[in-house]
Amino acid sequence: MSTTPSAIQNGGRTWKLGENVDTDVLAPGRYMKFGIDEIAGHCLEDLLPQFAATVKPGDVIVAGRNFGAGSSREQAPQALKHLGVAAVLAPSFAGLFYRNALNLGLPVLVCEAAPSIADNLPCTVDPETGAVQAGGQAYHCEPIPGFLLVMVRDGGLLPHLEKQLAKK
Amino acid sequence: MTRPTQAQTLAQKIVARASGRATVTPGEIVTCQVDLAMFHDSSGPRRLQPMLERLGAKVWDPDKIVLITDHYLPANDDDSRKIIRIARDWAVENQIAKFYDGIGICHVVLPQKGHLTPGMFAVGGDSHSPTGGAFGAYMFGVGATEMLGVVVTGQIWLKVPHTLLMRWNNRLSEGVTAKDMMLHLCGRFGLDGGQYQVVEFAGEAITALDMAERMTLTNMTAELGAQTGLIAPDETTAAFLVEAGARGFEENFDIAIWQGDADAPTLATHEFDAAALAPQVSAPFSPANAAPVGNYNEHIDIAYIGACTGAKLTDLRAAAKVLKNKHIASGVELLVGPASKKDQDEAQADGTLQTLVDAGAKLLPTACGACAGYGEYRFGENTNVISSTARNFKGRMGAASSRVFLGSPYSVAAAAVRGRICDPRELLS
Repeated sequence: MSTTPSAIQNGGRTWKLGENVDTDVLAPGRYMKFGIDEIAGHCLEDLLPQFAATVKPGDVIVAGRNFGAGSSREQAPQALKHLGVAAVLAPSFAGLFYRNALNLGLPVLVCEAAPSIADNLPCTVDPETGAVQAGGQAYHCEPIPGFLLVMVRDGGLLPHLEKQLAKK
Repeated sequence: MTRPTQAQTLAQKIVARASGRATVTPGEIVTCQVDLAMFHDSSGPRRLQPMLERLGAKVWDPDKIVLITDHYLPANDDDSRKIIRIARDWAVENQIAKFYDGIGICHVVLPQKGHLTPGMFAVGGDSHSPTGGAFGAYMFGVGATEMLGVVVTGQIWLKVPHTLLMRWNNRLSEGVTAKDMMLHLCGRFGLDGGQYQVVEFAGEAITALDMAERMTLTNMTAELGAQTGLIAPDETTAAFLVEAGARGFEENFDIAIWQGDADAPTLATHEFDAAALAPQVSAPFSPANAAPVGNYNEHIDIAYIGACTGAKLTDLRAAAKVLKNKHIASGVELLVGPASKKDQDEAQADGTLQTLVDAGAKLLPTACGACAGYGEYRFGENTNVISSTARNFKGRMGAASSRVFLGSPYSVAAAAVRGRICDPRELLS
């Protein structure tokens, strides 16, 4: 696999989650009136009470199908990004969440094998090629669609628009 | 208009117009011109303004923006008041004429104010934006950053969707509603059954539904994981639009041209017998946990009739049919938050509201309330709730230990009377 070393995340551990993880549990409504610091501090608390306090930059979420079901609130992917989550791997994503995540620069990768990856394994992800190493084993994700890659490389839609507008 | 060279679904026809093409093919990526962008106090100005400032950009067309406050009303704390204040100031600064403040939930107010017409291509800063599909408009939810892109450029990319056709034959029986149809579909196909494609509804049962019920169908295609839902416009649609004084992207809307071609390929076509459908209830913590109401006997503490999907005039009237000359069981709280001021006024005028109050209902403000779970209306620890809303995810509407069952307004009202979940048809004389 030919990749530039800089494209590969430094790596962290895996966090295993089930199917249909919803946006309400990622960004609980009762904290939605606050800023992202506060929301991120309660990310996933109804599922994994220790997650927000113990997740580290570079960690990777491996989940079941339809990750991000529910609301349009982009604080759901934003909370994960804010906590330093390097990527979310799942066999499928809720369409609205998928668009939001890439717009905010959080790599979300379609990975059929994600539910078979165990919890708490050392893990690295290359979002550009879809190459994953977890617990010493190699996995492959579908790469981010080409037409969105330019935006993702710019860091999301806002920095991408900033660049576009600067050109004009 | 160029004659299409291939059969097109309704979704394809709308996307083709919005992307400036004669026809489009499912799977291809197109850039669409947005006819209307709607957002509310939570997803809108408080998120958009800092990004607009960072870009030094202005809104592309104030006439194409609709701003509606609903999530943080009533604003009973400083944070909520600040969010509402930002929305009001933003509307003034950006000369948003279509600003509706505190008159109801965005998805219901939008068509009631005549802003949707068939064939429109619209985005909403809320996942239940597919509600607009009931009017033959292609409308889907986006997050705040994506909305910022629309607000600045007037454009959005789209992967041309396939259509999943749900054909409901025959008619629903008395006491069975659009909500029951949707809970049934969630149970059968799951929260990702819509595959982020378009779910289109057709058939005799759909034609027989009023606009409020059709809105409930397309609204909850969000729960099916579709990008949006669609119902081709007909005489019922036209009558609603005329009454609302609808003005869309075209001066005079046309229901005849916004119909899918009969031979347009679908990803799947499913047939249902509406007459055979029993009321459905979805158990905690997913709309997909649906089963016929007869499978349930749970006691309930709170019965909640609210939200865009469950408290329009038609929903309030359904509840009133059950509650007429009855009273709710002792120990049960029945909460009713009408979806809009218009729905509430009409329910007041025709006696529906009085019937509900006489039965023991407590009236809540016309806002998102406990359905969004953003404000003060949240269910306490270990409460059992039956609700006419759209989602019963863990912790959404209250404490993580609260348990929310979803059902139609008939089922919610019947559970309030009996103190336990039961078949509402037993209470309809």
